Amino acid sequence: MKLRLIRRDAASRLAMFGAPVLALILTCMTSLVLFALLGVPAGKALHSLLLKPFLSWYSFTEVLLKMAPLLLIAQGLAIGFRANVFNIGAEGQFVIGALCASAFPVYFPEGNFPLMLPAMIIAGGVGGTIYAGIAAGLRIRFGASEILVTLMLTFIAIQVLNYFLLGPWKDPRGFNFPQTVMFPENALLPLLFENVRPNISLIFALLASLFAYLMMEHHFRGYQLRTSGLSPKAALYAGFNAPKMILLSLALSGLAAGIAGASEVAGPLGQLQRSVATGYGYAAIIVAYVGGLRPLGIIASSFLISVLYIGGDSATVSAGLPVAAVEVFQGMLLAFYLLTFTFIRFRVQIDRSVSA
Amino acid sequence: MSDQPILNLTGVSKRYGTVQANKAIDLSVKPGSIHAVLGENGAGKSTLMKLIYGVEHPDEGIIYWNGEPVHLSRPSDAQALGIGMVFQHFSLFETLNVVQNVSLMVPGKTVDLARKINELGERFGLTVDPNAMVHTLSVGERQRVEIIRCLLLNPKLLILDEPTSVLPPQSVKLLFETLRKLQVDGTAILFISHKLEEIRELCDEATVLRGGEVTGLVDPREHDALALAQMMIGREMPHLGVSTSVVPGETQLRISNLSHPRATRFGTTLENINLDLRAGQIIGIAGISGNGQQELAALISGEIRAHQPDMIVIKKQDVGCLGPMQRRELGFAFVPEERLGRGAVPEMSLADNSLLTAHQKGMLWRGIIKRKVEKTFTRRCIEQFDVRTPGPDAEAGAMSGGNLQKFILGREIMLSPDVMLVSQPTWGVDVGAATAIRRRLLEMRSQGAAILVISEELEELFEICDVLHVLHEGRLSKALPVAETTAEKVGTFMLGAKV
Repeated sequence: MKLRLIRRDAASRLAMFGAPVLALILTCMTSLVLFALLGVPAGKALHSLLLKPFLSWYSFTEVLLKMAPLLLIAQGLAIGFRANVFNIGAEGQFVIGALCASAFPVYFPEGNFPLMLPAMIIAGGVGGTIYAGIAAGLRIRFGASEILVTLMLTFIAIQVLNYFLLGPWKDPRGFNFPQTVMFPENALLPLLFENVRPNISLIFALLASLFAYLMMEHHFRGYQLRTSGLSPKAALYAGFNAPKMILLSLALSGLAAGIAGASEVAGPLGQLQRSVATGYGYAAIIVAYVGGLRPLGIIASSFLISVLYIGGDSATVSAGLPVAAVEVFQGMLLAFYLLTFTFIRFRVQIDRSVSA
Repeated sequence: MSDQPILNLTGVSKRYGTVQANKAIDLSVKPGSIHAVLGENGAGKSTLMKLIYGVEHPDEGIIYWNGEPVHLSRPSDAQALGIGMVFQHFSLFETLNVVQNVSLMVPGKTVDLARKINELGERFGLTVDPNAMVHTLSVGERQRVEIIRCLLLNPKLLILDEPTSVLPPQSVKLLFETLRKLQVDGTAILFISHKLEEIRELCDEATVLRGGEVTGLVDPREHDALALAQMMIGREMPHLGVSTSVVPGETQLRISNLSHPRATRFGTTLENINLDLRAGQIIGIAGISGNGQQELAALISGEIRAHQPDMIVIKKQDVGCLGPMQRRELGFAFVPEERLGRGAVPEMSLADNSLLTAHQKGMLWRGIIKRKVEKTFTRRCIEQFDVRTPGPDAEAGAMSGGNLQKFILGREIMLSPDVMLVSQPTWGVDVGAATAIRRRLLEMRSQGAAILVISEELEELFEICDVLHVLHEGRLSKALPVAETTAEKVGTFMLGAKV
């Protein structure tokens, strides 16, 4: 007996939306078993994970705070993923973006620099773009895999961050902690609501989503990128410029990650410190895929993953769930999503021929 | 010769999803006969052979071998019974030599095998050097290796799937002599083809398939080609109609001293190719695929750049180093031989596939896609070129090869090109659609377009072209005006004659 996957003629729209929902249900069911085995009351754990984020204004705004960088980075990555350009190193571009943005408040700690914030955001974006551009250049010139190069560049970025924090940019009055001075008021992004942390970077992220939607679905450039991803030979036949597609994919994802990095230091952190690299760049890969690489889907998936972040924090505290269990929950979500998605794209045929 | 059939199929059916590939097929092959299975593309010939060779299993029906019902689970079961098969696309390893390839399937020491290969070669006219590397062999020689490999297993029945489609006319004659010797030796042969004249010349029985069903069992020697064709396609043979050839105008495409080294070991190096294509002219490039056809097409389309700009000239402009999009802007269009994944993106709708090359037909406003223009264009293409599809939103990947070819050809013709390159225009296309495609090309010629056709089908080229060239091992023959040449003459060039 053999199992075969056969591509469906058309995946129904209902199924497109059904996949993430089904994946979430399967993840919950499996984790109930897992949590029970850990001796944690399963109901309480799920309550903390999925409901608590909505039960207070504060925790809900924390979800929005997490959502901003995830959404921004994931929109950039998804553009490349659809063009078969796999930028795995958004984390590194995020760190470089944070570094470049921090240069202004570090050298003008009194805030005596006009247009401080725009300069920071632009510097962050440019830094991320150039950093991703290195991978594009190596891929175009030497055929080096952008997957490996972007990943390796992330490790370099973190060492560069360490160098600045332990050396030239270390706060002289910071008790030898590896962090910069606290940024002046005019280097901080305006808040969206009073007394809670979300800032206008969420608006950047939503604007980026709109831009991604218009480009990928309604502009010829997006069409060229999609064609390059679906059939590279058709793109060559049509004469779409392959190096340009690679450069554009990497530059846009680097730009998004760089701006997200700048927004992080100019937002909740208020200074550059080692903990700027918390894995948003990697989590955004999950966000992009769970969102089906579609701009609108990514808005939903970035919200979902943020809920799981905040819920996971509270579950470790109030339900005594180990941190690893929260990570397993997130991993399962991606795995189940890929599984359900496969069954939507393909149907299984069982070959029942008996071997003689 | 006994009357007991060696192979007998009763009521054999096979269904793939919604497609009924074979429906209640009866087939009976007598020992020592050459039995043709005749049918056009998609009639179910290949499926039937896969059932007999144990590659696929029938949903219904029984296969009898020497009167006994058998169940074939895999090709080795069929081989054990004495069934050998030569596939249309060869299954030889190019990096091994002949004996090594043979020994992968046939047990025995290489020394003994080499001796047997020589023996069989002499007996049946299948001479081939046992120690030659396969990648150095011509297509005809490779086919001989495949046949010898089957013969070493002492088959009682040999299946040949479209064996002549890859051979020049002269080699076809040699193959037929070999098959007749095998017949005298008592081997039954199943000969699959869509070429009527060949079947009338060689076979003593023919089972005709249409739409997965048997539509006739005849002695092909007693029917003329027209009668067989009607059985095969179920209606009158479509006529091409008389076309008025026009006096060729100015040169639209000139290739001069084009040389290009092969990209991989199994590619073909093009050497010093010269060609002159004028307005109102159709030039055909004959030859068997793998002699540089793909490389030449990609160089003309711009998918591969030439080394010098003046090696390829379109409408007096050196384009050798320009990309495909720039060449299209000059009035060039191209229909590639691969439809899915090159000429069209399978996951996209037909409307989005129009955008692939027709975007400069007013489909963009500052880069923004004008969906209405895109749809209108696609609808017009579907109507004018008789594309059978639910509409512009249907996915390209869900269409049959012939329909998709009509769409791609239609899209390129609607660009109203001055110069068009068409590669293998009717591969995998049914007879009716193939005629429609050829008629379109002739119409374009009357309107003054310059057309270059690369094809393996000699009859097709003779039907529509004004001038032929033959591409063999990366070299292009001199121009042969169709009116002054014959299939035999073209065949000598396909075999490597110089000048």
